[in-house]
Amino acid sequence: MTPFTRVEGRAYALPFSNIDTDVIIPAEHLKTVRRTGLGRHAFPALRATPGNVFDDPAYRGAPIIVALDNFGCGSSREHAAWALADLGVRAVIAASFSDIFAGNAFKNGIAAVELGHTEVEALLSAASEHSVSVDLERQTVTSSAGHEFHFTMDHFRRECLLGGLDEIAVTLLHEPDIRTYELRTGI
Amino acid sequence: MSIRPRTLYEKIWDAHVVARRDDGTCLIYIDRHLVHEVTSPQAFEGLRIAGRKVRRPDLTLAVADHNVPTTLRAGGNGGPLLIEDPASAAQVAALEGNVAEFAVPYIDVLAVEQGIVHVVGPEQGFTLPGTTVVCGDSHTAAHGALGALAFGIGTSEVEHVLATQTLMMKPSRTLEIRVDGKLGFGVTPKDLVLTIIGKLGTAGGTGYVMEYRGSTFDDMSIEGRLTVANMSIEAGARSGLFAPDEKTFAYLKDRPMAPKGADWDRAVEQWRKLVSDEGAGFDRSVKFDASDVAPTVTWGTSPEDVAPITAAVPDPESFSDGAKRQSAQRALDYMGLSAGQRLQDVAVEHIFIGSCTNSRIEDLRSAAAVLKGRKISDRIKQALVVPGSGLVKRQAEAEGLDRVFIDAGFDWREPGCSMCLAMNPDKVPPRERCASTSNRNFVGRQGPGARTHLMSPAMAAAAAVTGRLTDVRELLSGDFGELAA
Repeated sequence: MTPFTRVEGRAYALPFSNIDTDVIIPAEHLKTVRRTGLGRHAFPALRATPGNVFDDPAYRGAPIIVALDNFGCGSSREHAAWALADLGVRAVIAASFSDIFAGNAFKNGIAAVELGHTEVEALLSAASEHSVSVDLERQTVTSSAGHEFHFTMDHFRRECLLGGLDEIAVTLLHEPDIRTYELRTGI
Repeated sequence: MSIRPRTLYEKIWDAHVVARRDDGTCLIYIDRHLVHEVTSPQAFEGLRIAGRKVRRPDLTLAVADHNVPTTLRAGGNGGPLLIEDPASAAQVAALEGNVAEFAVPYIDVLAVEQGIVHVVGPEQGFTLPGTTVVCGDSHTAAHGALGALAFGIGTSEVEHVLATQTLMMKPSRTLEIRVDGKLGFGVTPKDLVLTIIGKLGTAGGTGYVMEYRGSTFDDMSIEGRLTVANMSIEAGARSGLFAPDEKTFAYLKDRPMAPKGADWDRAVEQWRKLVSDEGAGFDRSVKFDASDVAPTVTWGTSPEDVAPITAAVPDPESFSDGAKRQSAQRALDYMGLSAGQRLQDVAVEHIFIGSCTNSRIEDLRSAAAVLKGRKISDRIKQALVVPGSGLVKRQAEAEGLDRVFIDAGFDWREPGCSMCLAMNPDKVPPRERCASTSNRNFVGRQGPGARTHLMSPAMAAAAAVTGRLTDVRELLSGDFGELAA
């Protein structure tokens, strides 16, 4: 996995709450057996609106999404995270995330960054003119409009993102513990 | 033994900690892993690339459900299942190839035991109290009805469990959902859980494991509990727990994969300890009175957009915050509804009775009780009943429920996820409206542009009869309460 240290660029502003994973990638696109190629199917309902940010050339390859509350709610489909990764998104900044989406994002090298409501709203207003930067080492979000916000992230997740670690490889270091557990419980 | 009183969640969690890291992250053992065709191909591919095996195929069970057509199948034509959509067929074929390669137990698509993964798990006794259960599907929460700590995972986690039989997790906070009293006439567990989601909001349970407690849940059947636990995720909670009780044990006894003989007796003895201790603290508690719950429908594009059937479509201007006002207006535009319109005047063209939320035998009985001796309205273009499994279908046929549905004008289908998420050919066309017993009314969920109203099986049956959203109580005689699922 590509290590995540700092990501900077344009940010798609999605000033909505409850952006569910069906909205990010509808079920008709889940019939793939690969992780790649889903970016062009992302957000079809939003893309159907003329003048939407995804079709604006100024945002092509934008590495950041900014949204309000409960981003990624609903279905556990990791296809949502794969679609964002395929679009080139490396960080989602929101006022809150669904638990499953946040986990899926992190496992695909996408930082789910939680900020306060006023901070998110400030970024949403600035996004049409300014670039945004997420620095995982310093745990800050800054913008070319002069914003600087601090965020916190689960220690283990931050470590895995910074190191680009394969979580299965980390877990397999615990093989003796897993074996002991199985013997002790008789499962 | 710890003296500190613990919640049910804490007991199950503590019993599954394999290792604890300094930062509080724990390696948690997974007892049961359900696998379906949509969220697993990339996980198996990951194993192949890394040269890894499935660590415990014996704790894994696979079944295809999302893509399978619900049209005639084994027994009817006897031949192989024909999946016309090449992408759907490829996904089912990939699952069949993967389970063969990795020696994972698999329920064949033509077997009578095939069905929706969350119907199959409890039905086979694969899901047991006190176990940790995962599946690459958010409605895995359903299995919490049996006292299992069950939660949906993404495909990377599916791969992680296949390779290691564990997951790296932080403990959740605990949320008590306390409901006491009797549900009213014509009011079902679906109405209750929709009401709970309406109150909590779709993010109200984020970061929590919910435990459903109180006399209403004590009195509820296992199938009703499965409906409630299933929708925990719609309130943001990955898991919803019910303490196992005599009903749980009676439900599980003699299921094919449940313990037998002396093992059963020992298991039940252990399961009786799976209750939150007296004095155990929950991080948050929300209380409801069952008698306040009415037959409920959704009006918007989020499961929190609920209202009693007797109400009108809300006015977006009545919402306090600006973002909520805008999202309600967008929802009404999508749904083709206007503020103030009576919900009972909203005409529907499609009826879907099925999904992992409401496709079990009690759900079908409850819908059939409304439909018996009645016909669906001429306005209905499509009315589907999709049993949750082949075994549910067989039981329903033994009771003659299939005749009730067919005589009323419904299509009696083969099991699968079907129109809940429209991955198979069962879809609602753009701008058409469906009364659905499924779990999500998201934009495009039942097909691009489809408009979904969530409700109970009895309410969906009532809508089928009148061709509009309907208060089922108007169609019922007094004995319905006993049949309600």
